[in-house]
Amino acid sequence: MIGQTSAVDTTSAERVLATPAMPPRRRLITWSNLSPRIWIGLAVVGTMLFLALTADFLTPYDPNYQDYSQFRVAPSAEHPFGTDQVGRDLYSRVVYGTRISFLVGVVAVGIGLTSGVVIGLVAGLYRGWIDEVLMRVMDAIHAFPALVLALAITAALGPGIVNIMIAIGIVYMPSYARLVRGQVLSVRERDFVVAARILGAGSLRLMFLHIWPNVTAPIIVQGSLNVSSAILTEASLSFLGLGVRPPTPSWGSSLQSGYQYLSSAPWLSLFPGLAIFIAVLGFNLFGDGLRQLLDPRLRARGEA
Amino acid sequence: MSRFVARRLVAMVPLLILVSILAFSLVLLLPGDPALAILGDEVANANNKQAYYALRKELGLDEPVPIQYLTWAARVLRGDLGTSIRNQTPIASTIGGRMLPTIELALLGAILSLLIAFPAGIISALRPNSMADAGATLAALGGVAIPNFFLGILLIYVMAVWLRVLPPSGYVAPWEDLGENLKLMIMPAIAVSTGLAAVMMRQVRSALIEVLQQEYILTARSKGLSEMAVVLGHAIKNAAIPVVTILGQQVGTLIGGAVVTETIFSIPGMGRMIVEAISYRDFPVVQAAVLLLAMTVLLANLATDLVYGYLDPRIRHD
Repeated sequence: MIGQTSAVDTTSAERVLATPAMPPRRRLITWSNLSPRIWIGLAVVGTMLFLALTADFLTPYDPNYQDYSQFRVAPSAEHPFGTDQVGRDLYSRVVYGTRISFLVGVVAVGIGLTSGVVIGLVAGLYRGWIDEVLMRVMDAIHAFPALVLALAITAALGPGIVNIMIAIGIVYMPSYARLVRGQVLSVRERDFVVAARILGAGSLRLMFLHIWPNVTAPIIVQGSLNVSSAILTEASLSFLGLGVRPPTPSWGSSLQSGYQYLSSAPWLSLFPGLAIFIAVLGFNLFGDGLRQLLDPRLRARGEA
Repeated sequence: MSRFVARRLVAMVPLLILVSILAFSLVLLLPGDPALAILGDEVANANNKQAYYALRKELGLDEPVPIQYLTWAARVLRGDLGTSIRNQTPIASTIGGRMLPTIELALLGAILSLLIAFPAGIISALRPNSMADAGATLAALGGVAIPNFFLGILLIYVMAVWLRVLPPSGYVAPWEDLGENLKLMIMPAIAVSTGLAAVMMRQVRSALIEVLQQEYILTARSKGLSEMAVVLGHAIKNAAIPVVTILGQQVGTLIGGAVVTETIFSIPGMGRMIVEAISYRDFPVVQAAVLLLAMTVLLANLATDLVYGYLDPRIRHD
């Protein structure tokens, strides 16, 4: 009976109150049940964070310094990733690019998550026409191809790092709103929430004390997976020339200016491209690992 | 079935309206006066004042916003998508030609990802935790993470620069020369397909593993059917249902991928059109393109819903 999600007959309030308000089962996160996947993910994410924070000390050259005697020099001891079409050290630019990717990825998801969660909570808790209107708008945003919408919003707001973050945030907002609303609707029928309501808890108290703790796990999982798509979207926008303004080092824009020299200087495409690939892979593994850890159902089904 | 189709069609109407409102509102995001933003700083030049007022009037900026929307929507419904600011031509007359390559690329990408996902997913599901399964899992992880434009660039390097077996880029319409068209589209289609192939492969695998544990499969096996006949004749149909859902959900991603990928392969589709329009601040074109792409996604979703209803009769009778 406890922990089941079936709707409770509210007239038998006594029975409900007699059962201790039981929070849903929490899994203990121990070091031993972490899969290798999450470790690899954590290593990549940790390395990215480290590079982003210490780029100033780790790079041998100023990422924007143009050495006019060193155009498109192949990788060597002096320039491990070679130099780009205007003589800048590609290694330094890739390391600095981590900063932009990480920042855009995390902040954009933060924007989408915060706004989506608020909308989802409001829709799920108040239901009725508010729910209907909010969710239909979310559906409409979701109907646009994510990249195309981000492209259009950036085009309207103008390029630049803040505008990209806002654009990507808006694109991901509906997924959080839907997730949170769904969770709220299912959690609000559980015994412990019904009991709290019968005891006279107001909607704010219900929202923050009883419902919120139950929606955090899926949001965290969704968020960490979305960081990888946000990084990919930023790279795509920058690749299309609509991202971070030059000369700020960004993997997408390095790739864009580099691939025109594909036959003579393939390293200009290879290193920024690999950086995007590794970052996206890392965040995916990290998010997958988290999901495995926080969602016992997947484990039971034996799904990796 | 026809009632199901009708219900789905009716359910789409409010969504279509909201999508059009959002596409319209993009203009409102332009900082300051949209006409000024569209024309750029040259307006400061007195010669262009006339152009400025003409544009304001054309955009209906002297009207309240809801009226502006209604006028715009009425025009769109009549097939008038506005006029390109850059070359003063009606957008509707050029956009069709731009839609085709993008849709062709997205379709080829979808077909290719199905061709990858089903065999790989079936092999994985039949031998879970085998070497082949582990390999497929790794490939799927990579396939999701690799940006399609980067994969496209790698393909160009290997196939066109290094091995010289395929032309690096370009586009020929399929009705002009189908062979040449496919030769040019094979690399872009691969680049577009990997992400979807990876996601669907995982889905085929887990759905098939689940289906294979059901009793009707046991019955089929005890009849003495070969494993091949059990999987292809009985199991795969039910396992395909969730895969169709994934395909429907991923249409937007597919189109987004096509939009980026076509820029590196010089395919004259929507992606290049949008990017060019943005660089010329030709905002009506951006707006029309975004609207049409969203409509394409909605139609594709409707199509998947219908296929879904066809495959799974339970859905129809909800």
